[in-house]
Amino acid sequence: MSEIDLISDKGQVARINQPELVEELTTLNLGPTHPATHGIFQNILQMDGEKIISGEQTIGYIHRAFEKIAERRPFYQITTLTDRMNYCSSPINNFGWHMTVEKLLGIEVPKRAQYIRVIMMELARISDHLICNGILGVDSGAFSGFLYLMEKREEIYEVYEEICGARLTTNMGRIGGMERDLTSTAIRKIKALLETLPAVLREFENLFNRNRIFMDRTINVGPITAERALSYGFTGPNLRAAGVDYDVRVMNPYSSYEDFEFDIPVGQSGDTYDRFMVRGEEMWQSLRIIEQALNNLPEGPYFADAPEYYLPPKKDVYTKMEALIYHFKIVMGEIDAPVGEVYHAVEGGNGELGFYLISDGGRAPYRLHFRRPSFIYYQAYPEMCKGVTISDAIMIMSSLNVIAGELDA
Amino acid sequence: MLTNQEVAEHIAEKFDGSVADFEQPYGLLTLTTTRETIIPLLAYLKDHPVYQISFLTDITGIHYPESTGKEFAVVYHIHSLVNNFRTRVKVFLGKDDLHIPTATDLYASANWMERETFDFFGILFDGHPNLTRILNIEEMDYHPMRKEYPLEDATRQDKIDALFGR
Repeated sequence: MSEIDLISDKGQVARINQPELVEELTTLNLGPTHPATHGIFQNILQMDGEKIISGEQTIGYIHRAFEKIAERRPFYQITTLTDRMNYCSSPINNFGWHMTVEKLLGIEVPKRAQYIRVIMMELARISDHLICNGILGVDSGAFSGFLYLMEKREEIYEVYEEICGARLTTNMGRIGGMERDLTSTAIRKIKALLETLPAVLREFENLFNRNRIFMDRTINVGPITAERALSYGFTGPNLRAAGVDYDVRVMNPYSSYEDFEFDIPVGQSGDTYDRFMVRGEEMWQSLRIIEQALNNLPEGPYFADAPEYYLPPKKDVYTKMEALIYHFKIVMGEIDAPVGEVYHAVEGGNGELGFYLISDGGRAPYRLHFRRPSFIYYQAYPEMCKGVTISDAIMIMSSLNVIAGELDA
Repeated sequence: MLTNQEVAEHIAEKFDGSVADFEQPYGLLTLTTTRETIIPLLAYLKDHPVYQISFLTDITGIHYPESTGKEFAVVYHIHSLVNNFRTRVKVFLGKDDLHIPTATDLYASANWMERETFDFFGILFDGHPNLTRILNIEEMDYHPMRKEYPLEDATRQDKIDALFGR
């Protein structure tokens, strides 16, 4: 018996002639470039086996100093900075910026332009949610749903292309209205989308909503209470999934959102499944809004009477002195804005997208700050993935829809 | 519906002497307070039974190099989701003393907003759990959103404003 050595400390099972196991945490780098993070950000995770004990985030990999650059640029040139923030729904960013400037200048935009903006913003919201929900499916191991949706996103991008000529970084619209009127091709494409998208959405929902595997992977994964979500500054679908019915479109209507009838879907537990379902339902509501806006599209001009900010028609520039002068002044950024301080918020794809603009009376903003929803709610991520496995952490991240461009600005 | 007038009068009465400059640019109630009062003021508005201004929308900084003694401003946007009422609170700081207490005890979201403000303006939030740079690299030894760091190379000769008649 003498060669058998019993180790029985710490109340563990005695093991014979075995070295004692040391409990040690593993450090795991998730990112900065990892296909599952959908963007460039790093999470340094402390793992106990497969469970996450704690996480530390490093962000800023694609910080492009938009706020600093904006301090040198005339207002219309800042639009191209905004659509590089949340590039999944760039028209919302563009119009949000235009509306901020219009608020500063006191420009009243005609109804037709407002309705066209609403149509484009809701299309952008659909394309944003399509990607988010599709990617969530991919991360749970179901690729096919994503492919159905990508086809429809392509059609939304074709509408963008028809409206403004670009697909991803749209630079859509102008200060004071739209760059051009809705063409018949654009209307035809939007109507075709309204007809074909519901079938695809329904098919996608059939694949996921009551799918046992998907429900097991998402229900009660990464829940957050309404109280914590509010404390963490959640807005948009992520906050609504936690049960708070805050939507900027309803609470502070802009661009004639008060004319439309739509519902705000609200979740209960704030888990991954609720976020998925809220986004899914929001797409249906967006379709409702687009349909109403298209059916009631008012006649009239599609840009405001703001000659100092809205580029005159090209044929006038070549024939009329006044138009030529305004054209030159706008393009060279020679027009001084009034002194003022504005905060304007729109409901972006991820939540309240705010623009805090201070003008000192110069051609460029004195200070411009973007309230970026992703940046603010992403800090809750370590708390949400404490104690879950790494595969669930990936699901939580994609259900939050963190967009690297918006995160880093 | 809360009105700006009503809330402003109430705040002015409650925090007599330490709040000032009530304005409403574009309809948004704006007021200025001191670094000693900012946290009590935010806490008071958060816990107020009627106002319930309990959502922190944003924290950011502004640099005014010309205004002596008040070179930096820290701007808080707060929002009452119940009453749909927004307020903007400003605290001005001199460039020699950039300390201000942190709001992270009141709002979890203040953490990164304050880190961002520190990163870009060098405002020191006392009591912050982890006041390090967030978007810029750790090795950076200046705060880039300050006005003394021009965006473009100051020695360039082809972009002088005078050449463009400005």
